[in-house]
Parts: sequence; structure tokens; C-alpha cells
Amino acid sequence: MGLYRNLTIRQKQIVWAYAFLAVPIFFYGFIRFYPTGNAILISFQDWNLLGKRSWAGPDNYLKLWNDPVFWKVFKNTFVYLLIGTPISLLLSFVIAYHLDKLRFMHSFLRMLYFLPFMTSAVAMAWVWRWFYQPVPIGLFNNFLANMGIPQIEFLRSTTNALPAVLAPAIWAGLGFQVIIFMAGLRAIPKSYYEAARIDGVSWWTTLFEITIPLLKSTFVFIVVFSSIGFLRIFDHVFNMTTNDPGGPLNSTKPLVLMIYNSAFTDFDMGYAAAQTVVLFVILLAVSLLQLFLMRDR
Amino acid sequence: MKFQMKRSMIAGLTAASAFFAGSAQAVEIEYWQYFFDARVSAMEQLIENFEAANPDITVTMTHFPYADYRTKVAAAIPAGEGPDVVQLFYGWLNDYVQAELIQPLPAAEFPPAEIEANFFPMVAAMRAGDNYWALPTAVRSLALFYNERLFEEAGVEAPPETLEELVSIAAKIAKRDNAGNLTQAGMTIGMNAQDHHWFREVLVRQMGGDPYTDDYRTVNYNSEAGAKAIDFYNGLVNNHKVAAYGFMDEPQAAFKAGLAGMHIDGSFRIGSLNKTRGLKWGVAELPANANGERFNYSSYWVNAITTKAEGEKYDAAVKFMAYVTSDEAMQIWLDVVGELPAKPSVGLTEANANDPVFGPFIRGLAYANTTKFANESGQRQILMDMVQRMDLEGQSAADSIAVAAKAEQLLLDDYYK
Repeated sequence: MGLYRNLTIRQKQIVWAYAFLAVPIFFYGFIRFYPTGNAILISFQDWNLLGKRSWAGPDNYLKLWNDPVFWKVFKNTFVYLLIGTPISLLLSFVIAYHLDKLRFMHSFLRMLYFLPFMTSAVAMAWVWRWFYQPVPIGLFNNFLANMGIPQIEFLRSTTNALPAVLAPAIWAGLGFQVIIFMAGLRAIPKSYYEAARIDGVSWWTTLFEITIPLLKSTFVFIVVFSSIGFLRIFDHVFNMTTNDPGGPLNSTKPLVLMIYNSAFTDFDMGYAAAQTVVLFVILLAVSLLQLFLMRDR
Repeated sequence: MKFQMKRSMIAGLTAASAFFAGSAQAVEIEYWQYFFDARVSAMEQLIENFEAANPDITVTMTHFPYADYRTKVAAAIPAGEGPDVVQLFYGWLNDYVQAELIQPLPAAEFPPAEIEANFFPMVAAMRAGDNYWALPTAVRSLALFYNERLFEEAGVEAPPETLEELVSIAAKIAKRDNAGNLTQAGMTIGMNAQDHHWFREVLVRQMGGDPYTDDYRTVNYNSEAGAKAIDFYNGLVNNHKVAAYGFMDEPQAAFKAGLAGMHIDGSFRIGSLNKTRGLKWGVAELPANANGERFNYSSYWVNAITTKAEGEKYDAAVKFMAYVTSDEAMQIWLDVVGELPAKPSVGLTEANANDPVFGPFIRGLAYANTTKFANESGQRQILMDMVQRMDLEGQSAADSIAVAAKAEQLLLDDYYK
């Protein structure tokens, strides 16, 4: 008690701040860092979920390195990222830019763009799965068949399946990104545009000299956010390919789905944990890289 | 003061309820199974009958989606929660025994010699040492479902007896539109459904091969017979063009919708087909090869007592196990779910064996083999990939089956190491 009384007011404030902070820190440490540490531990063990765990050393990582499916999945994961992020970024910016200028039915259109984001990914994936079916039930292929054009295999194809799965995933995330971009656009002071207009600057220059540079922090946020989203893509792929998860021939399988299969179909928890550690490292590296590249100079 | 009174009242109530519960000697045991509509309602009937005969025992059933089942069981039992009697797939027994999730059935109530005399021989796999560890209520086999309306339309009188007839009948039923797309399938196809069993245990054997050796620990279908079997299978799509992979998304969906002439499936499908309005269907034995040889695949789910059940709960669990493996329970299971009784004495009655729906399945049991899976979905995936390499990448049957055999052997070696 005496110890506390001798502290200055400033120090007392600090003590109290830490006392209050201790609760969330402890809670967060327990629900976040304990499982993370445990996952890293399991990645060095053999465990079939039922029996006892046994020490395996680096076996799981060696198995991963030598597994051709892992490298295929690794590539797929980056294809999702490298196609998904730029397309969704470009689309959402163009939509937000024009929506911002529009007054007529502005809120209604904004709601339409935001609606897919609020819809359950599972429901959406199954509707798109129906769209993609072959004749006689698929929407797209029935349309083609009515025109006398042979049907396209969307999901049962090693080349078309990944873009077909990616399309609804991009569409679903669009609404959120549009809203963020619009908030960014609104935050740019009108006076810059007025000054530009007085100087008679072209539309093109205004866009590239005022709008885009001032949206930089918004871009950074959306790129990081959507990159992490595409690196972790799972529900769209899983639900659109439940008959052959990640198929055909692993052509749509992302890393998260491989983790899920290793853990809950093969019951190889150690192998699954090793994959999650790899995913964690990838996510960390990609996020740090992006923050570094897009930092304020 | 007020608070204290409240507390002592609660304590009194708890004590009283414990006393009443004790005096009525009601034992409550828990039963877990995965969710499949017909199985749940069959089990509800069994529990009702069992509770009527044993008023001092209550059975609570909990069911989960199949995907979560194993995870939940594995987490609950070691924690002292979860089921006293649990349902599991025959292929999981080893894992459950090793993880000490289940305990052996007492030899006094379940004498091994009697079980071996009464049950179908495949059930012997549930024995380890002097005890049985689990017992099935029902077993399942495969048969050919056919759509009677489409058969009539195509002028087909009877279901196919041989594989050759299967192809010719399918060709009569299949229809294509102007763009060349299949709009009505002669038969359904897809390794993701029951076809992987048809390939392993039926087609490979019919072409003269033996899919596995060494008690299902060594893959043996990488042979001329295996290549012939997969060529026949893939030929239905790419040669005879009477079927299409992914048609109507799932084989059973295509058959239910009345857009497929024939469909190979297990006896557990009967319940859901019965509920499909407007579908007229029949069942036939799986077609024989040119020499008249027939094969089939059988599998079963078993019930076992978990290590959680102790004392009076254990005794109640033993009684419940005895009831769900009784002749009466087997007949109820057959009537509600469509799965076949696990004892020939019940299954092979005159009435059941001549039943137009159950008959073909029951006759199929006589020449069925039971694959010992290490990881059923993993082994199925390998066959799915085998077919897709041929269909999507144009790989030859011999090459594709070699890759599949190697992958499956790797999986088996990893499991049995």
C-alpha cells in the first residue's frame, strides 16, 4: 500500500492503465497466442485426433516439401491472390469513382453493390454452382445450348475451374471495397478540385495528381485486406466443389482447403498444423512486403 | 440474509431432486450417431421400444452432421462428456480401440462363438482377442436402381443382366440436344458416389483381377484387369457416350430428378427414393460379366460402448447394445432405413429375400466383399483423380491406374506403418 502511495500522479495513472489493459491482454494472449503456439507444437508431432500425440520432429515439413500437391496448391493460392486482388481493386475503384459522382439513386445503387457482401458465402457459392452446371440444369450452359453452342465446362475443367470459382469471390468482396473507396473519396477536400478546375487542369491529371495520391492510405488498406482475403480463400472453393473438394485434380485447391482436408478428412493433424504454419509465414511476409512497398516516403 | 435463504433453498431442491432421481433409479445413457434422416427416425423407434421394455433407463440421442462427427466424438469422450453408446463406421474400429474411446463388449452377454454363428461373416472383423468390440444392426450392399418410366419409354422390358446389356440399355435411354449435350443420361456416373466401390470390388474382379492382396494392405488393381475395368467405366462416358461426369451435379440427384435411366447405389438410398414423388423405380442386382460372375460390395456401421460408460450406465449400455442388435431391431431398421439385417436368419427370410426392393440387395450380400479402408475418403479421392486424368487430360487407362495404385499404396503404407 505504501508503495502505491509514494507514486506520482502520473505513475499512478500508468499503473491504472496497465491494470485495465491487463484484462484484454491476458484474454487476447490466451485465445490467440496459446492456440498459435499449440499449432506450432503440433506441427512437429504426429496426431490422428483420437490417439496420443507422438514426436515427429521435422517430418511433417519434409513431407510438405516433397508433396507435389502442396506445390500445386501453393501456386493456386498465389493465382487467387495475383488475379483476385488487382481485378477487385480496379473494379471497386472504378465503381466507387463513378458512384461518387452520381446523385440519381445513389443510395440504392450503393446498397446493390453492398448486398453480396452481406450474403452468406455458402448460399452464394451454391447459387453460382448452379449457374455453372452443365445442361440440363445450369443457367449459363442452358443459355448457350439454346443458341446451339456446345456447353462450356466451368467447374469440371482444370483450366476454367479456378477463374470460375474466383469470379463470385471477387464479386462478393466488391461491395465492401466500394464503400471504403467512397469514404476515401469523400475525405479528399473539395478545395483541391476547385483549385484544379480554376487552373483548367484536365480530368486525367486531376485523377492522377489529386485523387489517386490522396487515396494512397485507402489503397494500402484495401490491398492488404483483400490480399489476406484471397490468400485465405476457402468457403467459395469448398462449397462449389464439394463433390471433389478443390478439384478437379487439385486445380482449384487453395492452401486453406488442403489444411482442412489434411485435418478433417485424413485426420493428420500434425501435417495440417505444418501447413498452417506455412500459411502464417506467407501471410506475414505478404503483409509486411506490402506495407513496406506502400509506406510513406 | 435474503441471499442466504435463497441459497439454502436451492441446495435443498437439488438434494431433493437427487433423492427422487435416486429412488426412481432412472439411469440416463447417451447415444450418438451422425445425421441421416431415416437412421435418426429408425433409432427413435428403437429407443421408444427399448424404454418401454426398460422403464428404469432413458436413452438420449444426439446426432451431428457427418462432417463433424469424428471430431466431436474424439473431443467429448476423453473429456468425460458425450456418448455411452456410439455409432462408428466399421473401418474406424482400429482407431477407436487404439485411442481407448471404446471398451470391449462383455463376452457373457455377447459370446463370440454365438456371434460368429449368427451374423454375416464380414462382422468377424469387429473381433479382437476374446471379445467383440462392436456390432452392427444392419449391413449394406449395392444394387442397380432403374427408372421404370424411362425404361418403358425406351421400350426396355427388363433391367440388364450383364454389363453388355447395361451399355445397350443405357444407349437406348440417353438423349442429346441439338448442341450435342446430354439431356437424359442412360446411367449416372461418378466416383464421388458409390461407383468407387463398384470399380474396386466389382468391376476389377469381373475383369479377372483381385483389387487388393495381403488383407487389403497391398494394392493389386494395377493390372490388365484393372485397366480393362477402368476402360469400361470411362468408356460409358467417352466411348459409348451414355453418361456424363458431373451430370446434374450428383449421380443420385440425376436419378431422383428422373433424368437418368440407371443408378448404382447402396440400400440406404431406398428411404430417400421412397419419399421422391412421381419417381417410379425398381431395383436389380448389379449386372454380371460375360461369364455370369457377379460381385458386390458390402459395408456396415456398428455400435459400441464407450470408455465413458461405467457402473450402472455401463449395465444400461450393455442392455441397450443387446437390444439394438436384436432380431426385432434389425427388422425395424430394414423397414425404416432400408439397410439389411446383419444376421442371415433375419435378412434371408422368405419375405425379405423375395421382396422386390430388398431382394436384390440381400442376394448381393451372398457374393459381396468388404474393403478394409484405411481412409475411405482419401482412397476414394485417388480413384476420382484416376478417372479425371483420363477424362480431362487424356491419360491412358494403364498410365492412370499405375499412378493411382502408387498413390493408394503410399496411403496404405503410411497408415499401417
